[in-house]
Amino acid sequence: MTRNPGQWLQGSGPESDIVISSRIRLARNLADFPFVGQASEADHQRIEEVLKNAVLGIEDTSRLLYIEVEDLASVDRQFLVERHLISREHAESQGIRAVAIDGGERFSIMINEEDHLRIQVMRSGLSLDETWEEINRIDDHIESNVTYAFHEKLGYLTACPTNVGTGMRVSVMLHLPALVLTRQIDKVFRSLQKISLAVRGLYGEGSQAMGDFYQISNQITLGRSEADLIQQVHDIVPVIIDYERQARDFLIKESHENLHDRVSRAYGILRTAQTISSEETMHLLSSVRMGVNLGLISDLEIPVLNELFLQTQPAHLQKLTGVELEESDRNIERARYLRRHLHGHAKGNELETN
Amino acid sequence: MKCQKCDKPATFHITELTDGNPQELHLCEEHARQYLSQSSASQLESGNVAAVLAQQMAQHMAVGQTAEELARLDRQVCPVCGISFYDFRSQGRLGCPHDYRCFEQQLNALILNIHGETEHIGKVPKSGAQASKQRTQLIQLRREMKEAITEENYERAGQLRDTIQRIEQGDDPSKTPD
Ligand SMILES: [Zn+2]
Ligand SMILES: [Zn+2]
Repeated sequence: MTRNPGQWLQGSGPESDIVISSRIRLARNLADFPFVGQASEADHQRIEEVLKNAVLGIEDTSRLLYIEVEDLASVDRQFLVERHLISREHAESQGIRAVAIDGGERFSIMINEEDHLRIQVMRSGLSLDETWEEINRIDDHIESNVTYAFHEKLGYLTACPTNVGTGMRVSVMLHLPALVLTRQIDKVFRSLQKISLAVRGLYGEGSQAMGDFYQISNQITLGRSEADLIQQVHDIVPVIIDYERQARDFLIKESHENLHDRVSRAYGILRTAQTISSEETMHLLSSVRMGVNLGLISDLEIPVLNELFLQTQPAHLQKLTGVELEESDRNIERARYLRRHLHGHAKGNELETN
Repeated sequence: MKCQKCDKPATFHITELTDGNPQELHLCEEHARQYLSQSSASQLESGNVAAVLAQQMAQHMAVGQTAEELARLDRQVCPVCGISFYDFRSQGRLGCPHDYRCFEQQLNALILNIHGETEHIGKVPKSGAQASKQRTQLIQLRREMKEAITEENYERAGQLRDTIQRIEQGDDPSKTPD
């Protein structure tokens, strides 16, 4: 898993210069157990047993990676967070909990997170309908083996009333560097909030918008069908893409030298730095990514960049080097990694890990 | 009681606690929706669901006729999982599926406030709501059985175990009880 990016990071799919990935998650709970926060240790164990059995039948078990999160070293938990396979809460909380991950990283299922079950399906680019079909299939399969907590009026019941109803969060991750650069991003967010869409950073609630990546998702889960919720996000994404393209055109036309300078300097620093933080790396990679999309840099490809975003994060870097590193050593190792992969990088070259 | 803004019956009773003096509002669903959306618009600007929720709990969660009523609702306990409404207000998470029934009065305004709607539209599991309700009883029965064992009331524990097994097997023959 270390050496390959997940399916959703392939950088393919419709509008993939701006739309990184589509994802849908469903929150579900068993009817006959207290919610996770109120459940005893024995309950947690039984919930995990029941759901493990239900989840393992989804597909050929050899393709499914089933992990007890409590048994993982902290660097491995962080690694799964960086790949969006588990939430930060799931990595950091206590007690018996697990995650089942599909071999192609097209879905992950968390057990005993905030809800008994958090099913998540992800795809590269803008591909919500396919994502929904897959998650609906998984949900049906699990449902045939257990009884979900469901209310005749309120729908699927969740530990937090913000998720009640469909229990569904539809989100699309976008790369919006030009809207950030032209200071229009806040305006876009305010208008999204007016129509009940939420904007979050790269790692969800409360996380900062690292590398100009933003997740747009539905705020409301009750009173609208799954199809409507998907449609709402689906309809707004082209509008934001259009804003981002306009902002990019504006930068190209009105301040071409400044933009080209910014992109080239970013590329230069990444290729020559001797020590570099994760934050600065994300920031610079974001400029380079936009530069590649605008044709200002011609010897790099988007999938390579997408992978660099992932591999330069703290846990990934430590998995690649095979040792746990202090922050200052990580910064040196990160710079070395970037120099190695960006120096004289020719088109079509595969990333190598050594 | 009639809605303060129209002639429809008032189904939402909201006590605002913003400036320390509770102000009571009795509204129909439509006017409650309008009122709640106005007062939460500024919080929604922040886009942070958790912050909005915490705010709402401090303010609009005060659902009830009076401040005493509010205190009484806070002390209400779910018979199934044992959580009090105050516990929910302080931790922001419910204790079990039954909480949506036993705290219905308190949760109504909160849910309307968050979602702008009160009824689910969309996917329904094949086993339906009735099966879910029946199995939620198991949470309470298991808890009572544990208590009966602690009190060495084995006769009661035995009866409870039989009931539990009947429910566990009854609506889901594919599963075997432990
Ligand atoms: Zn009215
Ligand atoms: Zn309860």
